[in-house]
Amino acid sequence: MTKDPIAIETDVLVIGSGAAGMYAAIEASRGGARVFLVDRSLIGRGGATVMAQMTVAAALGEEVPDNPRHHYDDTIAAGRGLCEEALARLLCEQAPDCIRELDAWGVGWARKDNHITATLAPGHDRPRCVYVDFINTGPAVSKTLRTVMARNPDIRKAGDICIADLVTDGGEVAGAVGWHLDSGAPVTIAAKATVLATGGLTRLYRRNSASTNMGGDGYALALRAGATLIDMEFVQFFPIGHLAPRLVGMDPIMWDPFRYKLGGRLLNGLMEEFTSRYGSDEDGKYVLTRDLATYAIFKEVEAGRGSPHGGAYLSFEHCSASALRAAFGPVIGRLAANAIDLTRMPVEVAPIAHYHMGGVVTDARMATELPGLFAAGEVVGGANGANRLSGNAITEAAVFGRRAGRSAASRAKQIARRDLPAKQTRAALDLVGGNGAEHAAVGHRNTAAMIERLQAIMADDVGPFRTGVKLERALGGIDALTAELGARPPPVASAGGNGNAFDLQRLEWFDLRNMLTVARTVAQSALSRNESRGAHQREDCPQALPRWRRHQRVRLAGDTPQITGAPNAAVASTVLS
Amino acid sequence: MSDVATLKIKRGSDAGASRWDTFDVPFEPGQSVLDGLRWLRSHKDPSLAIRFSCINANACKECMIQLDGETVYACTARLEAREMTLTPLPNKKLVRDLVTEIAPPSERFK
Repeated sequence: MTKDPIAIETDVLVIGSGAAGMYAAIEASRGGARVFLVDRSLIGRGGATVMAQMTVAAALGEEVPDNPRHHYDDTIAAGRGLCEEALARLLCEQAPDCIRELDAWGVGWARKDNHITATLAPGHDRPRCVYVDFINTGPAVSKTLRTVMARNPDIRKAGDICIADLVTDGGEVAGAVGWHLDSGAPVTIAAKATVLATGGLTRLYRRNSASTNMGGDGYALALRAGATLIDMEFVQFFPIGHLAPRLVGMDPIMWDPFRYKLGGRLLNGLMEEFTSRYGSDEDGKYVLTRDLATYAIFKEVEAGRGSPHGGAYLSFEHCSASALRAAFGPVIGRLAANAIDLTRMPVEVAPIAHYHMGGVVTDARMATELPGLFAAGEVVGGANGANRLSGNAITEAAVFGRRAGRSAASRAKQIARRDLPAKQTRAALDLVGGNGAEHAAVGHRNTAAMIERLQAIMADDVGPFRTGVKLERALGGIDALTAELGARPPPVASAGGNGNAFDLQRLEWFDLRNMLTVARTVAQSALSRNESRGAHQREDCPQALPRWRRHQRVRLAGDTPQITGAPNAAVASTVLS
Repeated sequence: MSDVATLKIKRGSDAGASRWDTFDVPFEPGQSVLDGLRWLRSHKDPSLAIRFSCINANACKECMIQLDGETVYACTARLEAREMTLTPLPNKKLVRDLVTEIAPPSERFK
């Protein structure tokens, strides 16, 4: 039975409460807007920010002279010729200001001699990456932004709100529809401006470093509303994600800060250093960029020289117990609880899906092509090109979030009133609210198992090393899962009481709807790009080709993603100069 | 060779009318209770409601439940080869199965 929706009206709707969404909410409020911030998880606790244990790049220049232009040069170089320069410039120029604002809000950046200290991360020409000890950067950023919001009554917040679709009116985004996970009640939100801050798509992969809610929702919402995505083939794999032994209570990307501080040795299954075989000698330092390190580890495993679980060894056995404790304090105890003693044993690491370079097309105001729709953070495409520089993810969350919030508030001021269009809202609500008669025929599916099947397809055939054959096979698997999923979600429980409360099967149906669409855009874009560049490596086309120094763009035609921009395609995309 | 944990789980969305379901879950030593609950959902019963986000990092703090009457994070409590009783937090409003209302009032939908 369809329930009456709960109707909300606001100036600015922000979808997603990682750093980008929270910064956008704070800035929109500073711009005079009433803000409604929603998250499918709890506020400030899902998403990627809270899991970011690493560093944040900003040319503060407090320890060594620096300038945003040097940060920009490193960002552009890492991007392998594909960075959208206006976005990369905004990121680097605004980074110091956002980092200092977070500092003033009490985030607690690590300090030495009374100034913020910075570390040298791979791909940077000088120490530029700030952090919060001990491996607490993301939680500290998240908590700080939550605290700032808590002081502001003009920001209304609600967790457990799942957005199913944006609602458009004559090409403009007028708000969204979704449901309240706790009660199952449908919700409509009319908004003068909407900010997508939903993060990336790492949940598409079996082994990933982000929260379970990073299934690419924002890409699918934007596509269905009529927006354009770019660079969807570029999924960044973090080379040294924890693999073995089993480690609970720690983020799998936790070894990165250890390497910043102590170097560490990357070894193959024969305990040999191996990165020099792939063109770069690490020499006990942590300098290899992510795409090259991922390639080196995969190739060693392929050659039969992997570690027992199919990765590489990372060893700190050359470090003393006191050096380890000085660098990592209480973390050493957490490792001991997992029976890991770094002075006596290496751990095993392997590449893990970490970040998505592609995403929604925006301008430098963070406006998408659809009036009323803005985007911020990882969901934005283009700033990082074909390979993201270390430390730019939290930076772009803050910088793009702040800019999106400002732009959204500015638009909201120009609009007297925004109602949701009745017809489009009804259509979107039909799926959310359910319809018992149609649902009866759907039958039972294990949505949790279907997600695992999709993750296996993506990991096996759309990972960092691709071939045309593997990508075609993946698209076949995605087709089959799409058919299995069907056009309608499972029935809303007809029983009274709280039958719809926290219905994960319904949520997973909507998740799969998004994930399958997004997986298809990644696989299709990867199939079309018959060259190798940055995070996209085609083993059947191993060279980077000058004619491919351009973006591919994706839009929906009906239900089908259409890709444009390939060099010989009839419709050419923007060619980067 | 994997071990088997027996998870006895309190189910339902009405605190006054709950039921108990018991499942056997295979595991490798070192795995978490949340690993077991996620395995249950994809292999036995996808209708089981649990709240979690970060899966393994103990960063989101969303997976608080009770294990044998003690409050734990499901992502850091280890599976053991015995009967383990899982119940929702007793001092929070029940939403469904192991899910309770844990968000601060100012961050809830109302």
